[in-house]
Amino acid sequence: MAIFSVYVVNKAGGLIYQLDSYAPRAEAEKTFSYPLDLLLKLHDERVLVAFGQRDGIRGGLGSGRGRGVGRAPVLRKWVGCRCGAGGKGVVSGPLSPRRNPGAAASLTISFTSAVGHAVLAINGMDVNGKYTADGKEVLEYLGNPANYPVSIRFGRPRLTSNEKLMLASMFHSLFAIGSQLSPEQGSSGIEMLETDTFKLHCYQTLTGIKFVVLADPRQAGIDSLLRKIYEIYSDFALKNPFYSLEMPIRCELFDQNLKLALEVAEKAGTFGPGS
Amino acid sequence: SSRSASRVSSELFTLTYGALVTQLCKDYENDEDVNKQLHHNLFCNFLPRGFNIGVRLIEDFLARSNVGRCHDFRETADVIAKVAFKMYLGITPSITNWSPAGDEFSLILENNPLVDFVELPDNHSSLIYSNLLCGVLRGALEMVQMAVEAKFVQDTLKGDGVTEIRMRFIRRIEDNLPAGEE
Repeated sequence: MAIFSVYVVNKAGGLIYQLDSYAPRAEAEKTFSYPLDLLLKLHDERVLVAFGQRDGIRGGLGSGRGRGVGRAPVLRKWVGCRCGAGGKGVVSGPLSPRRNPGAAASLTISFTSAVGHAVLAINGMDVNGKYTADGKEVLEYLGNPANYPVSIRFGRPRLTSNEKLMLASMFHSLFAIGSQLSPEQGSSGIEMLETDTFKLHCYQTLTGIKFVVLADPRQAGIDSLLRKIYEIYSDFALKNPFYSLEMPIRCELFDQNLKLALEVAEKAGTFGPGS
Repeated sequence: SSRSASRVSSELFTLTYGALVTQLCKDYENDEDVNKQLHHNLFCNFLPRGFNIGVRLIEDFLARSNVGRCHDFRETADVIAKVAFKMYLGITPSITNWSPAGDEFSLILENNPLVDFVELPDNHSSLIYSNLLCGVLRGALEMVQMAVEAKFVQDTLKGDGVTEIRMRFIRRIEDNLPAGEE
């Protein structure tokens, strides 16, 4: 998917709508039996892999003995890990290739960030920070043999909604700085922000609402997508009499039509290989 | 424009507006209060209906018409008469009677779709039937940082030859300006 996210920011800088629309390319979901052969730790309200690297799940502390770090190993040996079932640092268990040759398939992780992967979901249900979907503490849950076998999805830690709120408000301020820094009078704020992995496009209406789209740098047609999102907002949010201005947008029809517009924009504007 | 071709018939629109006004007349019993419910130029502790529509309609207008920011009140008058009224009511009022300072003008409506088939009875002689329109104008302009006053000075429903809305520019709304609009 070439369009990653949409943010709508109200006049005061408050985030009133957010949609993530990318299929994460680097998540690994595996079934584990007790004991877990990865070391998990709590960091910043998230459960991260502190140590251990297997089948594409990345740890954060010098895992792998320099061999192919950044690639997805099928089998890893490490010394000194106390988590392996055998206690000696060899990955064993139902998913080890010796017992289950079919499990040799690995996932390719294409970025080389050293940040440890986070626990994203347990048994198919998204976790909520350090708590499971039903409010238990993840570390506690995974420490209890009775809860196994368990299926855990690991991946790059996602932004929490609070973090998104803060980032939106920060962007709102930076947007204003953009126009203040300008040598010319009456300059607009930030309209585009480019990194090597995405481009952020921002459209501020005359009424002060900002529509922000994060997309693949090669994705074209974002300007007209932004105008289209403005139309969708003016229809499905504003013409809904039960929607109050400046408040978070919780309108089904807005969601549906926005997702449709993203699909259309992706198909129309992708020039790069594969979405 | 991606708007679908099927529009509500103007008769249904006239009837719907009429239903709103007659309901307000039942609820408030005197014309002054009904007028206020539709539109008020001073601060209210409730949102007059016209204003509430205006603050929403402006986004639809900006999203669809692609007009940029107006640089003076004359441009604003043009956009209101030639683009907005045309888009929403299918009529193009004329702009006249500019004040010397350029801060007041009149919109002359030869016909007003809201009052098709309507007659004001004697017991509602001070009702400003189409006051909603003034509210819409005030609400819409406030969202683009213009504080204006709008009022009817002539009304065909009251026997005048034309319907005239007087618009007055009060001030630019400086608080909470969108960045880049200074």
